Amino acid sequence: MTDTPLLKVSGVSKFYGSRIGCKDVSFDLWPGEVLAIVGESGSGKTTLLNCLSTRLMPTAGSVEYRMRDGNFRDLYHMSEAERRFLMRTDWGFVHQNPADGLRMTVSAGANVGERLMAVGDRHYGKIRETASDWLTRVEIGTDRIDDQPRAFSGGMRQRLQIARNLVTGPRLVFMDEPTGGLDVSVQARLLDLVRGLVNDLGLSAIVVTHDLAVARLLSHRMMVMKDGHVIEHGLTDRVLDDPREPYTQLLVSSILQV
Amino acid sequence: MTDLATYNFAYLDEQTKRMIRRAILKAIAIPGYQVPFASREMPMPYGWGTGGVQVTAAIIGPEDVLKVIDQGADDTTNAVSIRAFFQKVANVAVTTHTKDATIIQTRHRIPEHKLAEGQILVYQVPIPEPLRFLEPRETETRKMHALEEYGLMHVKLYEDIAHNGRISKTYAYPVKVAGRYVMDPSPTPKFDNPKMHRSEALQLFGAGREKRIYAVPPYTDVVSLDFEDHPFEIQTFDKPCALCGAGDVYLDEVVLDDKGGRMFVCSDTDNCEDRREHGHVGAMLAPAKEAAE
Repeated sequence: MTDTPLLKVSGVSKFYGSRIGCKDVSFDLWPGEVLAIVGESGSGKTTLLNCLSTRLMPTAGSVEYRMRDGNFRDLYHMSEAERRFLMRTDWGFVHQNPADGLRMTVSAGANVGERLMAVGDRHYGKIRETASDWLTRVEIGTDRIDDQPRAFSGGMRQRLQIARNLVTGPRLVFMDEPTGGLDVSVQARLLDLVRGLVNDLGLSAIVVTHDLAVARLLSHRMMVMKDGHVIEHGLTDRVLDDPREPYTQLLVSSILQV
Repeated sequence: MTDLATYNFAYLDEQTKRMIRRAILKAIAIPGYQVPFASREMPMPYGWGTGGVQVTAAIIGPEDVLKVIDQGADDTTNAVSIRAFFQKVANVAVTTHTKDATIIQTRHRIPEHKLAEGQILVYQVPIPEPLRFLEPRETETRKMHALEEYGLMHVKLYEDIAHNGRISKTYAYPVKVAGRYVMDPSPTPKFDNPKMHRSEALQLFGAGREKRIYAVPPYTDVVSLDFEDHPFEIQTFDKPCALCGAGDVYLDEVVLDDKGGRMFVCSDTDNCEDRREHGHVGAMLAPAKEAAE
């Protein structure tokens, strides 16, 4: 890890009229770090994630991102063209529902290759080679390269979505409930895969989840949100093993034990 | 003709023509960009060339000579009707000869005879948006055009190669105009794409139902999209035209009987007739002549 953060978030707030989406959130994200945002539904996790990834404009606050040239840029003051370019090259966004992040009517290979073609790759053979390489890395058989994602199971779709996002070698990946809607054994494999990829590629990631087990397995640090506010923030093991806030204690003690 | 006679000339009122001309000028200034315009009801159904007719009506003058083709032919229903329409409402001279025409309205083809400076080719366009079936949201496709995000267009070509081993799109083949906008050349066969490149004639595209006008000014680069290892290719035909023997033209397949008999003839009827007048004879024309004698 270097000594400059990748992302500097200060005072991000989003109001929906008089209702609070999220309020006054500040933190730094360091290269190679995985941050989990946990909380019950309606606590503002997804609003915050959408603000950070510029999918939503916040009411107040700023987010600065360290570009590949080392300079910080304020995301909300970039032009739309620059932002969209950033989103499809240096960033990834993994949706909870793979159908939102994939093109369901084009083949798996084209789904992975789309970002390459968007940045100007014009060699079919090379695009296909990279696509099949990535399919292997996310444990999808290369014989499925010409199948459409709608012929895939939920777990495969989610893995395909991850491959599609990682193909341009992003430095920061946003994940919104990446394991939501998957059964536990598939969840376990997916988490294992994501953890491996994050380690291998030195990715930074911001993971929104309501599942504390996901946070425990994936993240280094975590933030607990309630009613739009960050109520607790610290190393994952510390927060989960020694929760300080009453709400966090409640959350941790509500995990079902089998 | 007097000034009064050209007032409200060619079916449309002056205000409408002025609006369409403004859209055309803007389209010429930004090659390949789809300019919205307030398309009018025309006395024909959508899909029959209402966009092309409005463009033609806006640019035509009493001195113009009009040619109308549909699938390359001058004598098909659509072409005959539109030609008769302009004869009636504008009383302009009409022709079937490509080189005599000043305005050529077309549905599917670019004439085989090379167009010259001063000529205008007007296309009737059903779907102007090249990204239509890839991205359903019109707001999004406009943004993609604005930000020059055309990766999706290649996704379509990738899919073609993945499923068919080659780019199987044969018509409405996407092109990049003047290095900037990706454009749908309407349902012309890709055989005609190279003719658009640095064409001497002005090319105007009118989509009536979709309310869009776009243009390719003369001498503008029009490049068909492709992959480095799967370059753009035009259709080729095994046999020459059965009537005039032309080998480097686009051919139509005509079924002759229910026993599998078929012939390939020029799609551009004017070009075919012209060649026959100059003594070119195809394989199936000769016996017919003998029979007549």
